[in-house]
Amino acid sequence: MEGGVAYENGLNFKATELTLGLPGSGETEGQGGVRNNNKRPMPTPETNEEESQAHKAADRGSTAPAAKMLCRAQIVGWPPIRSYRKNSLQAKNSEGEASGMYVKVSMDGAPYLRKIDLKVYRDYPELLKALEAMFKFAAGVYSEREGYKGSEYVPTYEDKDGDWMLVGDVPWDMFMSSCKRLRIMKGSEARGLGCGV
Amino acid sequence: HLFIHSISIFQAVLIILHLSPFGSLLFSPFSSHLSSSSPIPHRERESFDSESLLSPFPQISSSGGISAMDRSPKRRSISPDDATRFPDEVLERVLALLDSPKDRSAVSLVCRDWYSAESWSRRHVFIGNCYSVSPEIVARRFPRIRSVTLKGKPRFSDFNLVPDNWGADVHSWLLVFASEYPFLEELRLKRMRVTDESLEFLALNFPNFRALSLLSCDGFSTGGLASVATHCKNLTELDIQENGIDDFGGEWLSCFPDNFNTLEVLNFSHLNTDVNPDVLERLVSRCRSLKVLKVNRSISLDCLQRLLVSAPQLTELGAGSFSQELTPRQHADLEHAFGLCKNLSVLTGLWEATAMNLSAVYPACSRLSFLNLSYTALQSQELASLLPHCPCLRRLWVLDSVGDKGLEAVGANCPSLEEIRVFPADPFDEDMINAVTESGIVAVSQGCPKLHYILYFCRQMTNAAVATVVRNCPDFTHFRLCIMNPGQPDHTTNQPMDEAFGSVVKTCKKLQRLSVSGLLTDLTFKYIGKYAKNMETLSVAFAGSSDLGMQYVMEGCSKLRKLEIRDCPFGNAALLSGLEKYESMRSLWMSACNVTMNGCRVLAREMPRLNVEVMKEEGSDDCKADKVYVYRTVAGPRRDAPPSVLTVSSL
Repeated sequence: MEGGVAYENGLNFKATELTLGLPGSGETEGQGGVRNNNKRPMPTPETNEEESQAHKAADRGSTAPAAKMLCRAQIVGWPPIRSYRKNSLQAKNSEGEASGMYVKVSMDGAPYLRKIDLKVYRDYPELLKALEAMFKFAAGVYSEREGYKGSEYVPTYEDKDGDWMLVGDVPWDMFMSSCKRLRIMKGSEARGLGCGV
Repeated sequence: HLFIHSISIFQAVLIILHLSPFGSLLFSPFSSHLSSSSPIPHRERESFDSESLLSPFPQISSSGGISAMDRSPKRRSISPDDATRFPDEVLERVLALLDSPKDRSAVSLVCRDWYSAESWSRRHVFIGNCYSVSPEIVARRFPRIRSVTLKGKPRFSDFNLVPDNWGADVHSWLLVFASEYPFLEELRLKRMRVTDESLEFLALNFPNFRALSLLSCDGFSTGGLASVATHCKNLTELDIQENGIDDFGGEWLSCFPDNFNTLEVLNFSHLNTDVNPDVLERLVSRCRSLKVLKVNRSISLDCLQRLLVSAPQLTELGAGSFSQELTPRQHADLEHAFGLCKNLSVLTGLWEATAMNLSAVYPACSRLSFLNLSYTALQSQELASLLPHCPCLRRLWVLDSVGDKGLEAVGANCPSLEEIRVFPADPFDEDMINAVTESGIVAVSQGCPKLHYILYFCRQMTNAAVATVVRNCPDFTHFRLCIMNPGQPDHTTNQPMDEAFGSVVKTCKKLQRLSVSGLLTDLTFKYIGKYAKNMETLSVAFAGSSDLGMQYVMEGCSKLRKLEIRDCPFGNAALLSGLEKYESMRSLWMSACNVTMNGCRVLAREMPRLNVEVMKEEGSDDCKADKVYVYRTVAGPRRDAPPSVLTVSSL
């Protein structure tokens, strides 16, 4: 692939070419959007024996041949970290961003999801205002006993145990650390959650 | 009459001095063992109780080992004919002063009377593998036990390699203890299955029960904890760590009676749901002897501040969530509360601590010896600000978010550091820019010459760096390196990491525990077999080229006790090369290797006092032995194995 921009008849075909890469990524080979500094070097001839062993291991159905680059998450029990430690890491956001706690927000009936940074909000009223503005709905009035009254829409969230909870029931800090994603429920499904069960 | 006895025993002792190394024990300064109130760290208590249980006279009889076991220690009174005999009761009083299991095992080998007296005076027993012995045998061997430590599942169960229903249920032990050790005071369990029913049984059947420690156990719920809190009137220790339990809410804490005040250790840091902070505060304020308090994340900083004010005598603190935004007033109050704690030597918890909040702990750090920051992704600068406040630090656990720069700060500020553990903040993120590299570990070794324990998770390493580290710190006893990409070579030379571990075993003569990783050939194991003469535990994954690798280890490592191997090309020849060795080891684990059922059958046939267990995976080849667990036992094949676990017999 030639580098540089080719102008032909005043048209920059290169610039208007449809590709799947990010802008500017066509120039140098192998430079994707993410600079990967820790590419594993290719196996050297001396390691052929390990590789053939590794392929044998792969053939046996083992998920972890020694020299092949497999997604680490596919190998059972590797890296050797105990589950309580994995769980406490997963409670943080999994996007790898150092600051910001981004969670997905879906609303029943909406065609696509949104993402918000929970750290931006100080408390529930702020969060709800933002959600209402984002999705153009009204959440109703929250009470501990009766949930959200006066609205068809109920904001809920999935906590780290995988349970769907009503937004507002737990202290804000606890919500921040346990919320994995938000869902604005609508209609009959919503009513079940608001019943003070 | 007594005078004559004394002379006689003195003469007897002189004879013993000549015959065995044990004699020197009598005259060695074992004042450190005499005080029964100074606890032996549990790590040191290992192995020797098991030796004692399994083979009291190893040098004397090889085949008689088991029948020797069955002989109950008898009580004998003085008879005039036994003019040269030392009265049992006096002997027992003397031997009761021995705490060290090593000494006790040696004592029990001297002669039958000493064996008997030692058995009657023993109060604590450590059982490293619950299937190596039965509770009935233990009770016969040591009739007056007050404290039991019991370990169950193989360590790889921590990483989900062992099926849930594998076994190690404590209940059958409790049933025997209820009749044989009704005065049991302490129970410490690791990787055992414990049900609520068992906890209730424990709480109701042992009136003197004081200390319960559950580490990595599963099968119970907060309901079981409620039983313990309700019924154990003299409880001093409740230590619930890292367990897989059902959390039905924090009401269990409210089950401690209002007049209950004996607690010294309370650790519920890994329970997920809320406890009532008022209940906790009232409990803490009435337990004036409380020394260790580790709370869970539901405890806010406000509550923590009040707890500290009420219990400034704490020596170990596990704080809860540390991410709450504080007003300046709240921050000042918290800092003041930490300042009241003059005796804090251990600080842990601190979930998701922000830099701002972390500064509140500085006043409590002057005597800190162990700091666990592995629940918060600190950056290098935050760590660098904190460390100068901890001049006495000996143990440090961090996440790799601190980076090499953070580790440089460790090297610069922690001259007394003996142990460092660096855990990965994002273990499954392969694209992550390297958080810690070989530079970090080198920096620590340069500044911390007393380092003897390292656990290091990284994504790249070099042979040269490891050689430098051990040159700077030759006293390593525990060297656990985890290069997270399986089979990754030295990233600068592309060579295997053989020389790295070679340098570790050649330089570190005191090495007891080793975990290897990276691209490794049989050469690594040749080095290990040749040089690692004090190594007791070895963990191997995705390494080796052939059966030779494992053979080198089995033939060379005379002190090997625990060997765990996964995903290595070791087959039947490797397995059988250890034939002579397994009876002197606690256990062997081999999974995803090349061992077959036939190999296991040969092993079982040749070594009848081993249990050879195979865990079959679904849909695997019939002749493959997917997961093999081999251990010595005097209790025979176990009868509680689930269908997926086969005890291989020689048939």
